[in-house]
Order: sequence, then structure tokens, then C-alpha cells
Amino acid sequence: MREFDYFEMRVPSKTQYVGITRLAISGLANRIGFSYDDIEDIKIASSEAITNAIQHAYPEAEQGEVVVGCAIYTDKIEIMIADYGKSFDFEEVREKVGPYDEETNAEFIREGGLGLFLIESLMDEVKVLNDNGVTVFMTKYVAREQVKEHVETDTF
Amino acid sequence: MLSMVSGEVDAFTAPSLREELLAVDIQEDMLVELNLSEVSYMDSTGLGVIVAFYKNVTANKGRLVLVGLSQRLQRLFDITGLSGVIHIEKEGAVNDHERI
Repeated sequence: MREFDYFEMRVPSKTQYVGITRLAISGLANRIGFSYDDIEDIKIASSEAITNAIQHAYPEAEQGEVVVGCAIYTDKIEIMIADYGKSFDFEEVREKVGPYDEETNAEFIREGGLGLFLIESLMDEVKVLNDNGVTVFMTKYVAREQVKEHVETDTF
Repeated sequence: MLSMVSGEVDAFTAPSLREELLAVDIQEDMLVELNLSEVSYMDSTGLGVIVAFYKNVTANKGRLVLVGLSQRLQRLFDITGLSGVIHIEKEGAVNDHERI
């Protein structure tokens, strides 16, 4: 038997569907036994990746699809977000983003570009495949004490 | 001036929030308090809107203070370094467990 369940959604590349996709992923994460904070992290990271796919891959006139695949393990979730549109250079973008600096003057603070930084901050592993579209793979592990199977019951 | 943001701020809802905030008439020395206690979800698109508003307030010589951040939201501002740039009033911070 396969060691994980696979769940896939094909999402129209419109921002109005980011919320419902995030809700579905949070439901899956909840079943695995992630903590409240971890689920919130997963929600943000997946929304960032889906938003990136929608905004970068498809120009406004062209409607495509974003494929969101989730592998459900007993102790982790793997989320894959793929677009098949115009790819952008993830590595190049990544080098340009990062946290804000206290010394930065108000007028120079960027208003975008935090998405990739947040994905890497909030997930345990992030991999990106840039080949005829961008695919982001990200993994989050359940902190051991939160997996119900591992809870030890005192016996007398 | 007091303003309240509520609900989920993501790629879908951020544009209308941006429009509303940028329509606010900022005058010199004005203290603008943005209450985020009813925000249930925010990602980088929401942060971008807050940054744009902060820049607008600052450019017009006003002052912006964010209040009512949940622990989650505070963490988001900390991770991104925004809490070092924008003034956040921590007193009366809403505890996540009290919100549910």
C-alpha cells in the first residue's frame, strides 16, 4: 500500500479561488494533526505559492489552471503547486527578496516580493522546479508530540 | 483617525482594501490608527497593502500605528521585518485563544 494519500485540485487561475484552496489544504493539514500555528503557516505558504502561480504565469487575458497536489502522510504534508504558463526565474527572484530592514526609509520599502521569502520561512523544505512552468514543492512535518498515535498513555 | 480592517486579506480581497486605504485623506501630523483585531487571515498581499498605506501616510507627514494584532499577525510582521519599520502598538494585543 502506498504510504500516502494523494489529493489533487485543479484551480482556475483567478484570485477568487485562492481562499477556497487554502481552506481545503487547511482541512487536510488538520486531519494529519498539525497544530493551530502550523496550519496557519501552511495556509499562508500555500496561498503565496498559488498567488504567485496565478499572477506570474498567466497574463490577465489568458486563463490557465494551477494544479495543487497534496500528499498526506501520517507525519507530514507535501504540497506541490504547478503552473504551466510563462515561467519566471525563481532563483533570480529569490535573491532579490528578504525581510525588511529597520534602516530602510519609508519610500524605499517594497510593496511586493515577500511571498517567496514567506514560503521558505514557514515551511520545513522547499524545492522549486523551473521547467516549462514553475513547480513549487513544499513539505511540513508534524511536531512529534502533536501526532496522536505518539501520545503515550500512562497505564497502571 | 481610526480605521478598522476585518476578514481575510489575500490576493482576492487586497485590491479593494488598497483602494479604500489609499482614498483616506491624510493630513500633516495626523495620527492614523489601523485596527487589525478582526483580521482572520493575512498573507504577503495584505502586507503589501499595509506597506503602501504606511508609505502614503508617511509621505503626507502623518503617523501610522497598527493596533490589535493577533499573535499570528504579529509573527508575520516580525518574520518579514515590518515590525521594525511600522509602529505596532502591542498593548491590548489579542490572544489567539481568546478570539475563537
